[in-house]
Amino acid sequence: MKAFKNHFFFEFRTGLGDKSLLVISYLLTLGLYVLMGFSMKDINPDFMEIIIPSMIVISMLISAILRLPGPFVKSRDAGVFRSYKINGVPATSIVIIPSLTTMLHTIIIAIVIIPTASLFFGAPFPDKWIAFILVFLLTAFAFTGLGVLIGALSSSSLATMLWSQLIFIPSMVIGGFLIPSNLLLNGLGKIAILLPSTHALNLFKFYSYNQSIDYAPLWSMLILLSSGILSFGLAIYLFNWDNQNKTRRGNPFFGLFAILPYIIAAIFLP
Amino acid sequence: MKDIVVEVNKLRKVYGDSVAVDNISFDVRKGEIFALLGPNGAGKTTTLECIEGLRKPDGGFVKIMGLNPNYNYSNLRNLIGVQLQTLGLSANMRVDEAMKFFCVYHNKSPRYDLLERLGFKEKMDAQYQTLSKVQQKQLALALAIAHRPSVLILDEPTTGLDVQSRVELHNIIKELQERNTTILLATPNMAEASKLATRMVILWRGKMITAGTPLEVTATGARLAKISVRVVGPSLSKTDIKFPSVTKSLLKDEYKIYYSNNPGLTVSAIIKHISKQKDELIDLRVERSLEERFMEITDNEAKK
Repeated sequence: MKAFKNHFFFEFRTGLGDKSLLVISYLLTLGLYVLMGFSMKDINPDFMEIIIPSMIVISMLISAILRLPGPFVKSRDAGVFRSYKINGVPATSIVIIPSLTTMLHTIIIAIVIIPTASLFFGAPFPDKWIAFILVFLLTAFAFTGLGVLIGALSSSSLATMLWSQLIFIPSMVIGGFLIPSNLLLNGLGKIAILLPSTHALNLFKFYSYNQSIDYAPLWSMLILLSSGILSFGLAIYLFNWDNQNKTRRGNPFFGLFAILPYIIAAIFLP
Repeated sequence: MKDIVVEVNKLRKVYGDSVAVDNISFDVRKGEIFALLGPNGAGKTTTLECIEGLRKPDGGFVKIMGLNPNYNYSNLRNLIGVQLQTLGLSANMRVDEAMKFFCVYHNKSPRYDLLERLGFKEKMDAQYQTLSKVQQKQLALALAIAHRPSVLILDEPTTGLDVQSRVELHNIIKELQERNTTILLATPNMAEASKLATRMVILWRGKMITAGTPLEVTATGARLAKISVRVVGPSLSKTDIKFPSVTKSLLKDEYKIYYSNNPGLTVSAIIKHISKQKDELIDLRVERSLEERFMEITDNEAKK
């Protein structure tokens, strides 16, 4: 536990000194927040009702899906994980600690967004704070799980970017932030069910804002939870320590099992 | 045998079409310094990485204290210390932070004294990215021995080090051996191997050429000896003089050097020639060092 705590604080401290984290997780997210806040006020005033959960989900997409996998590839290329392995640092710590520090950074961003959204854009506070916090944690768990899975499996920065964008871009377009999911065409609606952001927003709307949603929240909860568990489990099992060593445990395509809950949902949800 | 700490049996490792390590077997006993000697590309690092559990052998097996490092690494991690040829650490990890980071994982107190001894007294808060290659190597050594491992694996620890750092490192290695630490050392440096190692193997293109103590390696089958002669007078300066059993001769500083495969015969012929010419013999040395033996072995292997 002492080693885990020490590793966590090291990771958090070095994260704060990492320009890529500050630029991507903080500047990009908060810049997008300000831009969307001012522009959507006139274009889609209904968005202001959900700007807090929307921006929190977007910040998690940026921090966990776009930013989190990159340092994995960089560290592997630099031989950091080889050094960790011979010194007895377990794969579990390497996978879980960056996820926890990423959660901590998204909490900091949320602390900035919640009061300022209310102050500048008249956004309503959540009706149920406990439900809001629980959904926040569940969303962070599912998103960081996917992020570390991409990082653990990717053999290069290019592969990381492709996988991350495959989730990030559709999430931004049809994930329910800009266009409500009930307004999407049937085909696009099915694709939206494949995206974690759709389910995260669904839960925030239902549990913390008492808004009506398109399908039972239990589905979204189960999907995020099972996807998170699968992602973390597969990331630890398939963790690639070393780019120089081609021998690895398990086939990297097993990683696709993490999206199985979304596929099942797309098949069974109306 | 009870005192065997590292056992390498018919080890084979292949990268694509290239055989990096081919059927290598040796064992390392408790408390000895065992050297893997060979030029670049001989298979030293691959052999060590199989022993460290960083690579999985394609044939044969490796055991450390009876455990397979590929499957029992969690049981071995506190027992072995590894200095990789190149250490990878997060760019902004500080020197003292690295010591604490790994010692805590080994459940040991950080050894800041070791960092001071290796020249980091003024650089405790320096970031890894600001260290020179030599300092990174010294840090890697400090991290490898900080948890007082029973088995220490060093991959070319002195390559690139200045004389002072090299001597300090040799002293540390000797001290560790006195405390019964088993040390496995890969080096291309013959002098280092003959100075430190109790036993050694010579590797060449992935194959094991010979094994034994430095004395056994130099003696077994060695035919080539280096004879260095210094005289006052012109008796050896003529290029047309041929001495028996000499394969090669050269002039270095004030010494005439002969490589002979029958030193007894060559030396008596040289002495006879010098007295006949009435020159004064200043110095005559016959050496059969590891370096000559290594040259001989690798020359023979290259000719095959």
